Formats: sequence, structure tokens, C-alpha cells
Amino acid sequence: MISAGDAVALSVALPIAGAGAVWLLDRAPNLREAATLLTGAALVALTLVVFLAVGEGARPGYFVFTVIGGLPIEFQAEPLGAMFAVLASVLWFVNSLYSIGYMRGHHEKHQTRFYMCFAVAIAAAMGVAYAANLFTLFIFYEVLTLSTFPLVTHKGDDAARFGGRVYIGILMGTSIGLLLPAIIWVYSIAGTTNFTPGGVLATPLADAGALPVILMGLFAFGIGKAALMPVHPWLPNAMVAPTPVSAFLHAVAVVKAGVFSVLKVAVYIFGLDFLSASGASAPFMWIAAASILLASAIAMHKDNLKARLAYSTVSQLSYVTLGAMLATQMGVMGGAMQIAAHAAGKMTLFMCAGAIYVGAHKTLVSEVRGLGRKMPFTFIAFFIGAMSIVGLPPMGGSWPKFLLMLGAADAGQLAIIGVLIVSSLLNVVYLLSIPVQAFYLEPAEAGAKPQGSGAPAIDWRNIEEAPALCVIPPLITALFALLLFIFADPLYAYLAPIAEAR
Amino acid sequence: MNLAAQLPVLPIITPLIAAPLTILMPSEKFGGRAPYVWATLVAWAAFAACAALLHAVATAGPISYHLGDWAPPIGIEYRIDLANALVLTLVSGVAALVMPFSFRSVRAEIDPRQTSLFYAALMICMAGLLGVTITGDAFNVFVFLEISSLSTYALVAMGGRTDRRALTASFNYLVMGTIGATFFVIGLGLLYQATGTLNMADVKHQLAGDNNRMVEAGFAFIVVGMGLKAAMFPMHLWMPNAYAYAPSVVSAFIAATATKVAVYVIIRFIYSVIGIEFGFIEAAFNYLLMPMAIAGMFFASIVAIFQDDVKRMLAYSSVGQIGYMLLGVSFGTEQGLTASLVHLINHGMMKGALFMAAACVMLRVGSHSISAYAGLARRMPATAAAFILSGLSLIGAPLTVGFISKWQLLAAAFDSGRAWAGFLVVASSFLAVIYVGRVIELMLLRPPAPDAAGVKEAPLSMIIPLLVLTGANVYFGLNTELTVDLAERAAHALMGSAR
Repeated sequence: MISAGDAVALSVALPIAGAGAVWLLDRAPNLREAATLLTGAALVALTLVVFLAVGEGARPGYFVFTVIGGLPIEFQAEPLGAMFAVLASVLWFVNSLYSIGYMRGHHEKHQTRFYMCFAVAIAAAMGVAYAANLFTLFIFYEVLTLSTFPLVTHKGDDAARFGGRVYIGILMGTSIGLLLPAIIWVYSIAGTTNFTPGGVLATPLADAGALPVILMGLFAFGIGKAALMPVHPWLPNAMVAPTPVSAFLHAVAVVKAGVFSVLKVAVYIFGLDFLSASGASAPFMWIAAASILLASAIAMHKDNLKARLAYSTVSQLSYVTLGAMLATQMGVMGGAMQIAAHAAGKMTLFMCAGAIYVGAHKTLVSEVRGLGRKMPFTFIAFFIGAMSIVGLPPMGGSWPKFLLMLGAADAGQLAIIGVLIVSSLLNVVYLLSIPVQAFYLEPAEAGAKPQGSGAPAIDWRNIEEAPALCVIPPLITALFALLLFIFADPLYAYLAPIAEAR
Repeated sequence: MNLAAQLPVLPIITPLIAAPLTILMPSEKFGGRAPYVWATLVAWAAFAACAALLHAVATAGPISYHLGDWAPPIGIEYRIDLANALVLTLVSGVAALVMPFSFRSVRAEIDPRQTSLFYAALMICMAGLLGVTITGDAFNVFVFLEISSLSTYALVAMGGRTDRRALTASFNYLVMGTIGATFFVIGLGLLYQATGTLNMADVKHQLAGDNNRMVEAGFAFIVVGMGLKAAMFPMHLWMPNAYAYAPSVVSAFIAATATKVAVYVIIRFIYSVIGIEFGFIEAAFNYLLMPMAIAGMFFASIVAIFQDDVKRMLAYSSVGQIGYMLLGVSFGTEQGLTASLVHLINHGMMKGALFMAAACVMLRVGSHSISAYAGLARRMPATAAAFILSGLSLIGAPLTVGFISKWQLLAAAFDSGRAWAGFLVVASSFLAVIYVGRVIELMLLRPPAPDAAGVKEAPLSMIIPLLVLTGANVYFGLNTELTVDLAERAAHALMGSAR
């Protein structure tokens, strides 16, 4: 058994080694995919070692080296990061299975580059998850941006070029233009960028007027990966990527690295007490609330399935930002749980979208009517995922919404509760309608009329599903969404220390 | 007399003696290898001497060397402290990589009959730049400056074989450079008038904060003259064409060294010759250096976005980057000065690598127009990788030297209470994202031009030095002991000598 500290360092190093193995096995696709899966399995084991150690109260860390005086590259796992790491590694493994099915079923080119970039991206996500200070976090945050660029532009056509340009432009622009100055400013004010329970800014910024609000603004918009409106357009534009990329990176690793960073900054740099006392977060709470509603409204208008899911992601990510900006214990807990719940739910939806594309070559919502009878497993998974995103029990997504409402009540923001309710209703309309139409309507060619009671039930002998590797992974993640409902209490207890650290 | 005691003079006299010997070597026999090997050996020797000097200065403190054993202030003094030891190491280090790199590129771009002359001029240029940096005598700066400038004019003009525009570029540079040198020497004259001495330390001692118009005018002439040599906005007009049309190897060498040396001279004169206790220095910081630096950062970066020639684009980017260095100086704080010195070294590394990559493309594709870079990632993967990494360094992406520079500069801005300057720096680096991104996108995502079908990777003799310099961009982005730590000490010493 390796020590948890070494496991932290290995979690970052192992996927890099995996990328090297993938590169060497370029000529043998089966071995190459085996390398990805092996790396994924080993990574799951490593992150679990860290997760368990953190659960016992340890804070395993690994010091790499000091770059400039007082600025080390250093890792330290705490509950939020440990959870994010487990989430990312487990879902990466599932997604790798799915990638194999999708990329082969689709005869994509440059698969070696695809798997290599994926491995580097997961290494960067691990680095973000375990970063012990803002400096380290920023480094891996940027690596994550750069390593996903070739994935977004995978197709290499004009649309991919345009999408890639928006992607890199917004993510690099916000991180260099806003996040980096914010980090250096914190360093200049507090003399450290270490994530410290209770925050580092409370004392030096005790009566600094508007400075905390400005700093929070730099972080809120500088962490472009959190897709707070109006810095969200990179996310819909990233949908030109192959679906496994959208499923894993743009529903889990990249976007969750963003909201995870927002939570870390709120809890460990500002500290919840200072955040609420200084009022630094209040404007951004309203921006997050607006973001939730606006993105949902846009999602309703999108007929392209992936675009609709992307705007739904923008909306759902703002739940986490909102939780952080409520600056209450429940709000932060709700945000933290939302990271896990949304990851499982949204990844399911994306993988289903990919399965529909591979199996039936449909990309539009209006085209999937009646398809449920041909692809029942895909749409069952889709239904479960959508339930979780909406926040209906018995799915994992219900708890974060509940906690966020409690948090809003604690903060005395009753309007926020209204926002959450309206948003859930909007979710019902634009997400749950999809599987419902798939099961109950006739195909668009046949007039999309209700099938009525006379129509035959699912004809199990006439299933036209996507390849197994495209269908089983979303079912697995849908199961995760269910498990997150049942095992919410242990997860809550596990994460509780982050919000209690005062 | 032992060799160690004579170490300070070695980086200068080695190339100075070697250069005339080069002319005696056959240009065309052995495919021009004789002067190439000779120049490489000389550059390595100079680098070894400079590295030894840096080590000696870092461990044992400043060295004062009396040329010909004539004691200063009458005799010429070489005075090496950390600030110039760092610049010496940069200049000779870049030379030590550019010389082995040069062979194939020179054979393709230079008239074979001129190979010996070319290497002789390049060595003289190196000797001049090293001399400017090492000397502790103000007039000696002028002498070496002219040595390096004159040889640079000739070197730029040698690009005329591939592109006739090099001739006008060189002539422009000659006129502008001479104006700069004249201003500089007028400034020196005024200082001499005021103090009766030319030794830097002695000038400072004699001035002793004693303000008069002559010193003020002298300083103004020196800053303007050196600003011209450093391509400080708006005196940069000579530079884009000179860099674009010079032979690729020359661009790589002077882009990484010449302007940095000029910035170093400005810093040296402000802190070690005049002294910042003069009130007008602060005025110069606030009303000249800072506005010009910021204007350059934006103007040149915006112009760079619209260039269709990669070498011109890189040249305009240099004007913007010089702005960062001058901005750091203009804060007037120790941290700002550290940031400037760090960026001076770091920028030498990134621009050197970028121009070397451009030289590889020039060799294989035969053009430095941006369209030549289409689809390059497939055809010349190592060159493209080096260009992308150094380009990211230019933008300031983490794990590269550019990030360290940016961090230092921003920290200096915030600590000196100029948060707005920090945001201007990041805004201008966003412009760098655009102009570097344009080329990177072209290399990665565009199909190659049909006539570039037979393009292969550049030869190893070019790839290895290129990758070494690119590797330095990453290495010094992680390990900053040699750059930041020494620059901090150098800045501390400069500020200390000023107080």
C-alpha cells in the first residue's frame, strides 16, 4: 500500500505516463486502448487511496519544488479536492470505455492524439483537484485549457477552427486577463496563495472598501471554466468536439475544475465569514442567479441536442457558483454536492446524445421523437440523467437543490429560492420532454402524433441500439446518479469539514 | 599572471582576435565549414568565460578588471556585477547556440564567397555586445556599441541575396542607429563636461546628486540615444524591417541580444552612472518611460496582429516586450527592476527560439510569410513544437519563462500600488495570444500549401540548438534560481549603489 501523499503525486504523474504509453502504442490500437483503460483503473485506485485517507482526517500532500520565492508547486488533498479527483477518475474510466465505442463506431481520425490529449487533460484535472495553492491551481488550470484545445478542434474543419478560437480565446483571455492578476493581487496582499481554512484575506483586507468585491469579480469571471454569464460562450462553442469530449471534459473535468476553483477560492482564500461580512459575493450571487435562468431560457430554444445540453450545463454550473456566493455553510455544501450530482447526470445525457448520434445519426431534438422505442436503453439512461439534473428524487441531483434552498434561506435570500424553483421547472420542460417525446410520440416522419394506447409496446426483437460500448457507459453513470441519492448522507458528512473550517 | 585573473577580458578579446583570423579562412572550401567550426568554438569559449564570470560574481561579489593594468578612472575598467554578468551569459549563451545552428541556414542564404566575412562580422557583433555589457567605462560603451552596430548593419545587408529589401532595411538601420549613437555620445560629452571623467563609478561619485542642467540634458540624450538602439516606442521604426530581412541567423542572434543590451545600458546609466537620487529621473520614469512603455506594449502588439510576415510580427512583438522591460524599470522599485532584468533574460530566450524556428521554416519552405506555416505541425513537428512552446512562453503560459516574467512584473505593479499597470500588462498579453495564436492555429489546423508537399523536418544541426533553447524556456520557467534569484540580488545591488 502506498502512502496517501505519494498517491497524490502519482495521480498527477500517472496519466502523463499513460499519455506516453498511448503515444508509443500508436500502431496497435487495441494495446493503446488497453493502456488508457489500465491507466484509468490505476488512477481510480490512487484517488480512492487519497479519498479514504482524507476521510480519516488526514490532509496528504506532496511538495514538488519552489518556483519563485514563496511560490511552490505543491499538492494537498482536502475533502472537496479528493471528491473531485475520485469523480473525475471514475468518470474518466467510464468515459474511456465510451470513447472506444464512439471513436471506433465513428471511424474518427487521429485517435492516438485524442487519447493522449485526454490523458494529459485528466492529469491537469488531478493537478487542479489537489493543488495546495492558487499558483499550482493556475498552472494546471492552464494546462487543462491547452491540452483540451486539440480535442475541441479534433475535426479540423472550419466549424472546429471557429469553435477552437472562441474556446481558447475566452478561456485564455479570462485566465490571463483576470484570474492571473487576481492571484498575484492576493499574493501581494496576503503574501501567500495557500488554500487556508478560514481564508487568507480576512485580516489584511479588514476594511478595504470595494477591494474584496473587485477581487471576487476577478475570480468569478477570471475562472472562465465556471462559465458564469457572460463568459460562457466557449462552452456551447466547444460542442464541435467529438461527443466523448463533450461528455467528459465539458460536463465533468473542465467545467467542474472551474466551479471547483470558485468554491476553493470562496472557502479557502476569502473564507465564508469574510465573504459574507464584506459583501464581496453579493453581486455575483445575483449574476449567478441570472445566469441560471438565462441559460435555461436559451436552452429551451436550442433544437440541437448537444447545444441544449451545453446551455443546460451553463445553467447548472451557476448553481455551484451560486452556492459559493451565498457564503453560507449550506450553500457551499449544496455547491459541492452539485459538482458530483451534475457530473453524473450531465455526463449520462451527453453520452446518450452521442449514442443517438452513433446509433441513429440524429442530432436534433425534433428528430428523436419516437426513437425511444428503437433505443430504449439509451433513453432510459437519458430519462434518469434528466431527472437528476431537474432535481427529482430519487436521483442525486435533488440533494444539492435542497441544500441550496436551505442555504438561500440561511442567507435570507428568498428570491434565490424562487430562482431555483423556476429553474427546475424550466429544466423539466427542456430536458424531460426529450425522453417523453422519444417514447410517446411517433417519429417525425410519421407526423409526430401521440402513439396512443393501441400502439405496440417496445418491440424487444427490433432494437436498433448503438454499439454496447456506447450504451453501457451511460447506464453506469445513470446508476451513479441514483447512488448519489441513496448515499448522500455519507458524502455530506465527508464534505462537511470544508464548510465548518472557520 | 594567471588565466583566472584575466578571465574578465576573455569574452571580449577571444572573439575580437578570432574575427580577423576568420577572414583568412577559405570561404568555399570544405563547404564553408572552416569558419563555421571556428566561430562555434569561439562562441563556446566566450560562453564558458561568461558562465565562469557569472559564477565568480555570484559567489564572490563584483569584479573590477583594469585593462592593461591602467588604474581607473584614467584607465578602462571592466566592472562585472550580477546585473551585467547575467546579460553577458545571455548574449554569449545565445551566441553559443546560434553559431552551431547557423551552418545550413547560412549556406542557404549567404553568398558562399562571403561565408568567412559573415562569421567574422557575427563574431565582431558578439564581441561588441559583450563589450558594451562588461565595461565600467562610459565612453567604452560607445566604442563597443559602434563595433556591434557597424557589424550588424553589414550583417543585415547580407540578407540582400535572398531579399533586396534587406539593403534598404540595413540603410535605414544605419541612419537611425547612427543618430542614436550620436545622441548617446553627445550625452556622454555633457556628462564629461559636468564631471571631467568617463569612468561610470567616478562619474557617479563626482555628480553626487549635484543637479544641474548639463547633467539633465546629458541624461536625456543618453536615454533617447539608447532608446533608439533598444527600439523603444516610438523609436522602433528601424527594427521590423531590419529583423525581417536580415539573414535568419542574424535575426535570431540580434533579436535575442542587441535590444536587451541596450535596455541594460539604460538601466546601468540610470542606476550606476547618474543615480536615481536626481529628481529628474523620477520625472523621466513617470512622464517618459512609463507612457512610452505602455504605448509600445499596445501599439506594437496591435500592429503585430496584422503582420503577414512572421519575422516582422516577431519584431513588432519585440517592441511590445521592450515595453514590459521599460515599464518594470519605470516603477522605480527594486521589484520592478527585478522584473525588468528577469524579463530581459527570459525574452532573449523566447525570441531567440522563435527566430530560430523561423530560420528552420525559411530553410525548408523558403519563406517567412505566415502562409508558409500552414500545416507545419505535420511536416516539421519538432520545429512546430518549438515554435508553439516558445510562443506560449511569449504569451506567458505557466511552466514557461514568460510566466515567470509576467508574474514578477504584475507582482511589482501590485506591490507598488499600480494595479492598473498590472491590468494593462495582461491586456497586452492578450494581444500576444492573438498574434501567436494566429500562427499556431495555422500550423496545427490548416492543410499545408500544395507547393509545400516535399517539406521535411529541418536538419539536426538546427533542431538540436533550437530544442535546447526551447528547453531553456521551460527549464527556467520551473527553476528560477539562475534568473529570478540572481536578478533580485542584482536589482538589490543596483538600488543599493544608487542610494
